[in-house]
Amino acid sequence: MKRGDAIKAIYPELERSVVVTIMGAVAAEVQSIGHRPSFFYLQHAMGLASSVGLGIALARPELPVVVLDGDGSLLMNLGGLTTLARYRPRNLVHVVFDNESLLSVGGFPTATSTGSDLAAIAKGAGVPRTATVSSLEEFRAAFRAAQQSGDLTTLVAKVEAVGPAGYVTDLSLLENRYQFARHLNER
Amino acid sequence: MPVSVSSSTLVYRGLKEVGVRIVSALPETWLVHLIRMAEDDPEMTLVRLAKEEEGVGISTGAHLAGVKSAMLMQNHGFLAAINGIVSCGQLYRIPLLMLISQRGSFGEKDPWQTEGGGVTEHVLEALRIPFDRLEAPEHVGKRIAKAQTLAYSASRPVALLLCRDLMWED
Repeated sequence: MKRGDAIKAIYPELERSVVVTIMGAVAAEVQSIGHRPSFFYLQHAMGLASSVGLGIALARPELPVVVLDGDGSLLMNLGGLTTLARYRPRNLVHVVFDNESLLSVGGFPTATSTGSDLAAIAKGAGVPRTATVSSLEEFRAAFRAAQQSGDLTTLVAKVEAVGPAGYVTDLSLLENRYQFARHLNER
Repeated sequence: MPVSVSSSTLVYRGLKEVGVRIVSALPETWLVHLIRMAEDDPEMTLVRLAKEEEGVGISTGAHLAGVKSAMLMQNHGFLAAINGIVSCGQLYRIPLLMLISQRGSFGEKDPWQTEGGGVTEHVLEALRIPFDRLEAPEHVGKRIAKAQTLAYSASRPVALLLCRDLMWED
Protein backbone atom coordinates (compact mmCIF):
# COMPACT_ATOMS: atom_id res chain seq x y z
CA MET A 1 0.00 0.00 0.00
CA LYS A 2 1.23 3.47 -0.88
CA ARG A 3 0.65 6.14 1.75
CA GLY A 4 -0.71 8.57 -0.85
CA ASP A 5 -3.36 6.03 -1.88
CA ALA A 6 -4.18 5.36 1.77
CA ILE A 7 -4.74 9.08 2.42
CA LYS A 8 -6.93 9.30 -0.70
CA ALA A 9 -8.94 6.32 0.57
CA ILE A 10 -9.92 8.12 3.79
CA TYR A 11 -9.93 11.69 2.43
CA PRO A 12 -13.74 11.94 2.23
CA GLU A 13 -13.99 10.81 5.87
CA LEU A 14 -11.53 13.50 6.95
CA GLU A 15 -13.97 16.24 5.96
CA ARG A 16 -15.88 16.26 9.24
CA SER A 17 -12.71 15.91 11.33
CA VAL A 18 -10.00 18.19 12.57
CA VAL A 19 -6.72 16.78 11.23
CA VAL A 20 -3.16 17.12 12.55
CA THR A 21 -0.34 15.68 10.45
CA ILE A 22 3.39 15.24 10.80
CA MET A 23 5.90 16.96 8.53
CA GLY A 24 7.45 15.75 5.30
CA ALA A 25 5.76 13.34 2.94
CA VAL A 26 2.47 13.11 4.87
CA ALA A 27 1.97 16.90 4.92
CA ALA A 28 2.93 17.24 1.25
CA GLU A 29 0.69 14.37 0.12
CA VAL A 30 -2.34 15.59 2.06
CA GLN A 31 -1.89 19.04 0.52
CA SER A 32 -1.51 17.60 -2.97
CA ILE A 33 -4.84 15.79 -2.54
CA GLY A 34 -6.45 18.95 -1.20
CA HIS A 35 -5.87 21.27 1.74
CA ARG A 36 -8.76 22.18 4.00
CA PRO A 37 -8.86 24.86 6.74
CA SER A 38 -9.42 22.05 9.25
CA PHE A 39 -5.98 20.53 8.50
CA PHE A 40 -2.89 21.50 10.53
CA TYR A 41 0.55 20.34 9.42
CA LEU A 42 3.11 20.24 12.22
CA GLN A 43 6.15 20.92 10.04
CA HIS A 44 8.75 20.17 12.72
CA ALA A 45 8.78 19.12 16.39
CA MET A 46 8.89 15.44 15.46
CA GLY A 47 6.84 13.35 17.83
CA LEU A 48 4.48 16.07 18.98
CA ALA A 49 1.67 15.63 16.44
CA SER A 50 -0.08 13.14 18.73
CA SER A 51 0.37 15.54 21.68
CA VAL A 52 -1.10 18.43 19.66
CA GLY A 53 -4.01 16.15 18.76
CA LEU A 54 -4.49 15.30 22.44
CA GLY A 55 -4.50 19.01 23.35
CA ILE A 56 -7.21 19.71 20.76
CA ALA A 57 -9.22 16.64 21.77
CA LEU A 58 -9.16 17.63 25.45
CA ALA A 59 -9.96 21.28 24.73
CA ARG A 60 -12.81 20.43 22.34
CA PRO A 61 -14.18 16.98 23.23
CA GLU A 62 -17.10 17.39 20.82
CA LEU A 63 -14.82 17.63 17.75
CA PRO A 64 -13.64 14.49 15.96
CA VAL A 65 -9.83 14.67 15.76
CA VAL A 66 -7.58 12.63 13.45
CA VAL A 67 -3.79 12.55 13.86
CA LEU A 68 -1.76 11.34 10.87
CA ASP A 69 1.50 10.22 12.46
CA GLY A 70 4.52 8.26 11.19
CA ASP A 71 6.81 5.59 12.57
CA GLY A 72 9.84 7.87 12.85
CA SER A 73 7.83 10.58 14.58
CA LEU A 74 6.02 8.26 16.97
CA LEU A 75 9.30 6.57 17.94
CA MET A 76 10.46 9.99 19.16
CA ASN A 77 7.51 10.27 21.57
CA LEU A 78 6.61 6.75 22.69
CA GLY A 79 5.94 8.10 26.18
CA GLY A 80 3.22 10.23 24.62
CA LEU A 81 1.28 7.03 23.89
CA THR A 82 1.00 6.44 27.64
CA THR A 83 -0.37 9.98 28.08
CA LEU A 84 -2.78 9.47 25.20
CA ALA A 85 -4.01 6.21 26.75
CA ARG A 86 -4.23 7.76 30.22
CA TYR A 87 -6.62 10.51 29.11
CA ARG A 88 -8.25 8.30 26.46
CA PRO A 89 -9.84 11.00 24.29
CA ARG A 90 -12.76 9.16 22.70
CA ASN A 91 -12.87 11.70 19.89
CA LEU A 92 -9.35 10.92 18.61
CA VAL A 93 -8.22 8.52 15.89
CA HIS A 94 -4.45 8.12 15.78
CA VAL A 95 -3.22 6.84 12.40
CA VAL A 96 0.43 5.84 12.10
CA PHE A 97 1.82 5.44 8.58
CA ASP A 98 4.64 2.97 9.12
CA ASN A 99 7.08 2.83 6.20
CA GLU A 100 9.87 1.48 8.44
CA SER A 101 11.97 4.39 7.32
CA LEU A 102 12.95 8.01 7.91
CA LEU A 103 12.03 8.70 4.32
CA SER A 104 12.25 12.49 4.35
CA VAL A 105 15.86 12.51 5.52
CA GLY A 106 17.38 9.83 3.31
CA GLY A 107 15.37 6.70 3.97
CA PHE A 108 17.31 5.33 6.91
CA PRO A 109 15.51 2.33 8.44
CA THR A 110 13.70 2.82 11.75
CA ALA A 111 13.32 0.21 14.50
CA THR A 112 10.02 -0.96 13.01
CA SER A 113 12.15 -2.44 10.19
CA THR A 114 13.76 -4.75 12.72
CA GLY A 115 10.62 -5.86 14.49
CA SER A 116 9.40 -3.10 16.81
CA ASP A 117 5.61 -3.27 16.67
CA LEU A 118 3.95 0.12 17.16
CA ALA A 119 0.42 -1.26 17.53
CA ALA A 120 1.66 -3.63 20.24
CA ILE A 121 3.46 -0.74 21.95
CA ALA A 122 0.26 1.34 21.80
CA LYS A 123 -1.73 -1.59 23.21
CA GLY A 124 0.84 -2.03 25.95
CA ALA A 125 0.60 1.68 26.71
CA GLY A 126 -3.10 1.21 27.31
CA VAL A 127 -4.68 2.44 24.06
CA PRO A 128 -8.02 0.58 24.05
CA ARG A 129 -8.27 -0.06 20.28
CA THR A 130 -5.23 -0.91 18.18
CA ALA A 131 -4.70 -2.59 14.83
CA THR A 132 -2.11 -3.05 12.10
CA VAL A 133 -3.26 -3.17 8.49
CA SER A 134 -1.37 -3.55 5.24
CA SER A 135 -3.91 -3.33 2.41
CA LEU A 136 -5.97 -0.40 1.22
CA GLU A 137 -9.28 -2.19 1.78
CA GLU A 138 -8.32 -3.15 5.35
CA PHE A 139 -7.16 0.39 6.05
CA ARG A 140 -10.34 2.03 4.78
CA ALA A 141 -12.50 -0.36 6.79
CA ALA A 142 -10.39 -0.06 9.95
CA PHE A 143 -10.38 3.75 9.75
CA ARG A 144 -14.16 3.90 9.37
CA ALA A 145 -14.57 1.47 12.26
CA ALA A 146 -12.26 3.63 14.39
CA GLN A 147 -14.26 6.77 13.61
CA GLN A 148 -17.49 5.01 14.48
CA SER A 149 -16.16 3.28 17.59
CA GLY A 150 -16.36 6.30 19.86
CA ASP A 151 -13.08 5.33 21.50
CA LEU A 152 -9.38 6.09 21.18
CA THR A 153 -7.76 4.07 18.41
CA THR A 154 -4.16 3.73 17.21
CA LEU A 155 -4.26 2.36 13.68
CA VAL A 156 -0.90 1.39 12.19
CA ALA A 157 -0.90 1.28 8.38
CA LYS A 158 2.09 -0.46 6.83
CA VAL A 159 3.03 1.53 3.71
CA GLU A 160 5.78 1.57 1.09
CA ALA A 161 8.75 3.85 1.66
CA VAL A 162 7.97 6.12 -1.27
CA GLY A 163 6.92 9.75 -1.25
CA PRO A 164 6.63 12.92 -3.28
CA ALA A 165 9.60 14.56 -5.02
CA GLY A 166 9.61 17.53 -2.65
CA TYR A 167 8.18 18.54 0.70
CA VAL A 168 7.89 22.32 0.58
CA THR A 169 4.45 23.52 -0.45
CA ASP A 170 3.10 27.01 -1.10
CA LEU A 171 1.13 27.01 2.17
CA SER A 172 3.23 28.90 4.70
CA LEU A 173 3.46 27.51 8.22
CA LEU A 174 1.93 30.53 9.93
CA GLU A 175 -0.80 30.95 7.32
CA ASN A 176 -1.79 27.36 8.05
CA ARG A 177 -1.59 27.89 11.81
CA TYR A 178 -3.79 31.00 11.89
CA GLN A 179 -6.26 29.64 9.35
CA PHE A 180 -6.59 26.45 11.41
CA ALA A 181 -7.08 28.30 14.71
CA ARG A 182 -9.70 30.56 13.09
CA HIS A 183 -11.47 27.52 11.69
CA LEU A 184 -11.61 25.91 15.16
CA ASN A 185 -12.78 29.17 16.69
CA GLU A 186 -15.70 29.42 14.25
CA ARG A 187 -16.67 25.78 14.50
CA MET B 1 7.22 18.94 53.55
CA PRO B 2 8.45 22.53 53.52
CA VAL B 3 7.00 23.38 50.11
CA SER B 4 4.99 26.55 50.68
CA VAL B 5 1.26 25.90 50.60
CA SER B 6 0.46 29.61 50.74
CA SER B 7 2.73 30.46 47.81
CA SER B 8 1.46 27.48 45.83
CA THR B 9 -2.08 28.73 46.47
CA LEU B 10 -1.13 32.18 45.18
CA VAL B 11 0.40 30.72 42.03
CA TYR B 12 -2.62 28.51 41.43
CA ARG B 13 -4.98 31.45 41.98
CA GLY B 14 -2.88 33.50 39.55
CA LEU B 15 -3.30 30.84 36.87
CA LYS B 16 -7.04 30.68 37.45
CA GLU B 17 -7.36 34.45 37.28
CA VAL B 18 -5.82 34.56 33.81
CA GLY B 19 -8.23 31.90 32.57
CA VAL B 20 -6.00 28.83 32.48
CA ARG B 21 -8.17 25.72 32.00
CA ILE B 22 -5.59 23.06 31.11
CA VAL B 23 -2.39 22.43 33.08
CA SER B 24 0.22 19.92 32.00
CA ALA B 25 2.74 18.76 34.56
CA LEU B 26 5.37 16.32 35.58
CA PRO B 27 5.66 15.84 39.34
CA GLU B 28 8.52 17.52 41.15
CA THR B 29 8.82 18.30 44.84
CA TRP B 30 8.23 22.05 44.57
CA LEU B 31 5.15 21.50 42.40
CA VAL B 32 3.31 18.95 44.56
CA HIS B 33 0.72 21.36 45.99
CA LEU B 34 0.12 23.03 42.63
CA ILE B 35 -0.46 19.67 40.95
CA ARG B 36 -2.82 18.56 43.72
CA MET B 37 -4.78 21.82 43.42
CA ALA B 38 -5.15 21.29 39.67
CA GLU B 39 -6.24 17.71 40.28
CA ASP B 40 -8.84 18.70 42.88
CA ASP B 41 -10.30 21.52 40.77
CA PRO B 42 -13.28 20.40 38.66
CA GLU B 43 -12.80 23.43 36.38
CA MET B 44 -9.22 22.41 35.54
CA THR B 45 -7.97 19.63 33.26
CA LEU B 46 -4.68 18.28 34.60
CA VAL B 47 -2.57 16.34 32.08
CA ARG B 48 0.13 14.26 33.73
CA LEU B 49 2.96 13.81 31.26
CA ALA B 50 5.61 11.16 30.67
CA LYS B 51 8.04 13.86 29.48
CA GLU B 52 7.78 17.63 29.52
CA GLU B 53 8.10 18.12 25.76
CA GLU B 54 4.66 16.55 25.34
CA GLY B 55 3.27 19.53 27.25
CA VAL B 56 4.35 21.84 24.43
CA GLY B 57 2.23 19.84 22.00
CA ILE B 58 -0.75 19.71 24.37
CA SER B 59 -0.60 23.47 25.02
CA THR B 60 -0.27 24.10 21.28
CA GLY B 61 -3.34 22.02 20.53
CA ALA B 62 -5.26 23.68 23.35
CA HIS B 63 -4.30 27.15 22.13
CA LEU B 64 -5.29 26.41 18.52
CA ALA B 65 -8.60 25.14 19.91
CA GLY B 66 -9.10 28.36 21.89
CA VAL B 67 -8.36 27.18 25.43
CA LYS B 68 -5.78 28.77 27.73
CA SER B 69 -3.22 26.47 29.31
CA ALA B 70 -0.02 26.46 31.35
CA MET B 71 2.93 24.11 31.73
CA LEU B 72 4.33 23.23 35.17
CA MET B 73 7.80 21.78 35.16
CA GLN B 74 11.17 21.67 36.83
CA ASN B 75 14.06 23.44 35.12
CA HIS B 76 15.46 20.05 34.08
CA GLY B 77 12.09 19.39 32.46
CA PHE B 78 12.39 22.69 30.62
CA LEU B 79 15.80 21.57 29.39
CA ALA B 80 14.22 18.30 28.21
CA ALA B 81 11.49 20.18 26.31
CA ILE B 82 13.64 22.60 24.33
CA ASN B 83 13.24 21.16 20.84
CA GLY B 84 9.48 21.25 21.22
CA ILE B 85 9.58 24.81 22.54
CA VAL B 86 11.69 25.95 19.56
CA SER B 87 10.29 23.87 16.70
CA CYS B 88 6.65 23.98 17.78
CA GLY B 89 6.12 26.82 20.27
CA GLN B 90 8.37 29.40 18.65
CA LEU B 91 8.05 28.25 15.03
CA TYR B 92 4.25 28.38 15.24
CA ARG B 93 4.09 31.47 17.47
CA ILE B 94 2.28 29.77 20.34
CA PRO B 95 1.76 31.78 23.58
CA LEU B 96 3.08 29.07 25.92
CA LEU B 97 2.93 30.02 29.59
CA MET B 98 5.71 28.02 31.25
CA LEU B 99 6.11 27.91 35.04
CA ILE B 100 9.52 26.49 35.81
CA SER B 101 10.75 25.56 39.28
CA GLN B 102 14.24 27.01 39.53
CA ARG B 103 16.07 24.23 41.33
CA GLY B 104 19.80 24.36 41.94
CA SER B 105 20.10 27.94 43.19
CA PHE B 106 21.64 29.11 46.51
CA GLY B 107 20.30 26.92 49.30
CA GLU B 108 19.94 23.78 47.17
CA LYS B 109 20.79 20.69 49.21
CA ASP B 110 20.24 18.00 46.57
CA PRO B 111 23.54 17.50 44.72
CA TRP B 112 21.74 16.20 41.61
CA GLN B 113 19.85 19.47 41.20
CA THR B 114 22.88 21.73 41.13
CA GLU B 115 23.75 21.83 37.40
CA GLY B 116 20.38 22.87 36.02
CA GLY B 117 20.07 25.97 38.15
CA GLY B 118 23.26 27.41 36.73
CA VAL B 119 22.21 27.15 33.09
CA THR B 120 18.44 27.73 33.08
CA GLU B 121 18.46 31.53 32.79
CA HIS B 122 21.25 31.46 30.19
CA VAL B 123 19.29 28.98 28.10
CA LEU B 124 16.14 31.12 28.36
CA GLU B 125 18.18 34.11 27.21
CA ALA B 126 19.75 32.18 24.35
CA LEU B 127 16.29 31.14 23.20
CA ARG B 128 15.08 34.77 23.49
CA ILE B 129 12.28 33.62 25.79
CA PRO B 130 11.08 36.54 27.94
CA PHE B 131 11.12 35.50 31.60
CA ASP B 132 10.76 36.87 35.10
CA ARG B 133 11.41 35.50 38.57
CA LEU B 134 8.75 34.85 41.19
CA GLU B 135 10.63 35.27 44.46
CA ALA B 136 8.06 36.81 46.81
CA PRO B 137 4.30 36.42 47.29
CA GLU B 138 3.64 39.98 46.10
CA HIS B 139 5.19 39.14 42.71
CA VAL B 140 2.94 36.24 41.92
CA GLY B 141 -0.47 37.39 40.71
CA LYS B 142 0.76 40.47 38.83
CA ARG B 143 3.67 38.75 37.11
CA ILE B 144 1.59 35.78 35.99
CA ALA B 145 -0.93 38.19 34.46
CA LYS B 146 1.80 40.28 32.82
CA ALA B 147 3.57 37.18 31.49
CA GLN B 148 0.40 35.93 29.88
CA THR B 149 -0.37 39.36 28.43
CA LEU B 150 3.03 39.42 26.71
CA ALA B 151 2.70 35.79 25.58
CA TYR B 152 -0.52 36.69 23.76
CA SER B 153 0.51 40.09 22.40
CA ALA B 154 3.84 38.72 21.12
CA SER B 155 2.42 35.29 20.26
CA ARG B 156 5.45 33.66 21.79
CA PRO B 157 6.42 31.38 24.67
CA VAL B 158 7.20 33.08 28.00
CA ALA B 159 8.53 31.72 31.29
CA LEU B 160 8.19 32.42 34.99
CA LEU B 161 10.78 30.99 37.35
CA LEU B 162 9.38 29.66 40.63
CA CYS B 163 12.26 30.51 42.96
CA ARG B 164 13.38 29.02 46.25
CA ASP B 165 12.42 32.02 48.40
CA LEU B 166 8.84 31.72 47.15
CA MET B 167 8.39 27.95 47.05
CA TRP B 168 10.44 26.57 49.93
CA GLU B 169 10.09 27.24 53.65
CA ASP B 170 13.34 26.17 55.34
